[in-house]
Amino acid sequence: MTWRPGAPRARRHRARLNAALRAFFAERGVLEVETPILSRGAPLDPGVESWRAIAADGLAAYLQTSPEYPMKRLLADGAGDIYQLSRVFRGEEQGRRHNPEFSLLEWYRLDYDDRRLANEVTDLVFTVAALDPDWIEPAPELRRVRYADLFREMLDLDPLSCGVADCAAAARREGLDVAGELDLDGWLDALMAMVLAPRFAQGQLTVIFDFPESQAVLARPSPRSPGCASRFELYWGDLELANGFHELDDPAIFEARRDQDIQRRRLNGQTIPEADALFAQAMHAGLPDCAGVALGVDRLLMRLLGEVDIARVLDFPWGKC
Amino acid sequence: MASYSTSEFKSGLKILLDGDPQTIVENEFVKPGKGQAFNRVRVRNLRTGRVLEKTFKSGESVEAADVMDTDMQYLYTDGEFWHFMVPDTFEQYAMGQAALGDSAQWLKEQDVCTVTLWNGEPLSVMPPNFVELRIVQCDPGLRGDTAQGGTKPATLETGAVVKVPLFVEEGETVKVDTRSGEYVSRV
Repeated sequence: MTWRPGAPRARRHRARLNAALRAFFAERGVLEVETPILSRGAPLDPGVESWRAIAADGLAAYLQTSPEYPMKRLLADGAGDIYQLSRVFRGEEQGRRHNPEFSLLEWYRLDYDDRRLANEVTDLVFTVAALDPDWIEPAPELRRVRYADLFREMLDLDPLSCGVADCAAAARREGLDVAGELDLDGWLDALMAMVLAPRFAQGQLTVIFDFPESQAVLARPSPRSPGCASRFELYWGDLELANGFHELDDPAIFEARRDQDIQRRRLNGQTIPEADALFAQAMHAGLPDCAGVALGVDRLLMRLLGEVDIARVLDFPWGKC
Repeated sequence: MASYSTSEFKSGLKILLDGDPQTIVENEFVKPGKGQAFNRVRVRNLRTGRVLEKTFKSGESVEAADVMDTDMQYLYTDGEFWHFMVPDTFEQYAMGQAALGDSAQWLKEQDVCTVTLWNGEPLSVMPPNFVELRIVQCDPGLRGDTAQGGTKPATLETGAVVKVPLFVEEGETVKVDTRSGEYVSRV
């Protein structure tokens, strides 16, 4: 292996993109903040695995999977509209679209809901993509679709009422052969990632709204779609770029979901990290009405430059550092 | 019983799937940001040659296939079986037509081939990339036709038929690339 950093072409573009992102928020009066990368607690969401470190006192510490918890503590403290461009870490995630360490742009807007914030996310992508003549721009028309409608239209499957067997049958029809057993959300994830997303129009932005409540994470229940959460995702072509919520502010629902996450982790045989107690306290103190979103900066850069392998936009991808 | 976790998946890894030994041709990590992680692999069945796609939940384990490549010398065929020997140990293996497939047409006695063993049983044989074989039958070449770059079929001593240039004659020995089945040169 060579000592040479691996992404000379992307280097200048990354610097330019970071500057453009900061300018976007400066113009809109959103405050840049910094929060710790190393923390005593970790999220319990079974879909996200934290890297564990050993602190000097011998106790566990975790590398952040996103700056969500400390940023929400800032919000609860009255910080107002805030954003952060930071490095985050996710265990065992490595592939052509994953690097265990990556750059995440996360921001929160007071008095926004998921719809309004999704508009700002797509504005950001269009605005930034137009800045450099070397960058690829997404097609001007967006597609906005509800999660359930996407499954109904493309698979003739209702994700809000179907069972595991219906998903398995749909997968079989689509030629997706999964070894072993999946739970319902596992099936929906498999269909989304390997059947639906690959069919999104290349070059087009797709925003998916109203995820099933079982995949709510920290989104509040949807006022529009029963059984759904106010969660959205942005795709550019078949590449997932961002995930956002109209933020859950009810501490009782938060705690109920947290307990479910612990149960699911137990069932899956996953380790159960230390919960972030200070974040839980902040939820009780009261989160202002806000929406928040996290966008993968390396993936945005991949799309702007037309790269299909994340290692092509990272000078030091995992394995080279 | 050895097994591999999905995190060890890479091309060339031999796993046991649906009762058959298979080799991973391609491995892709797929994961929605907040959801279940998967490894999507393309595998080639080492017995049938069939390629298919299979998806695993990341973190699951798959049984390893005890598959080993061994260099062996081809000895002879009795019409039903083809016999091979490991030069160092003189250990002998017999293989039927099914395991040999198209390789049979390139096998010349004494040549060293790569035999793939699964649980100690021969699964397939890879002839040397280049073999030198004598032409046992071909039509006489016509002088003057070389400008056309023309070819003619020639039957080799092992039964294989390859296209050779017109100037090549019966009784000559030619070098053939067994991967493409193409004539390389006269020897």
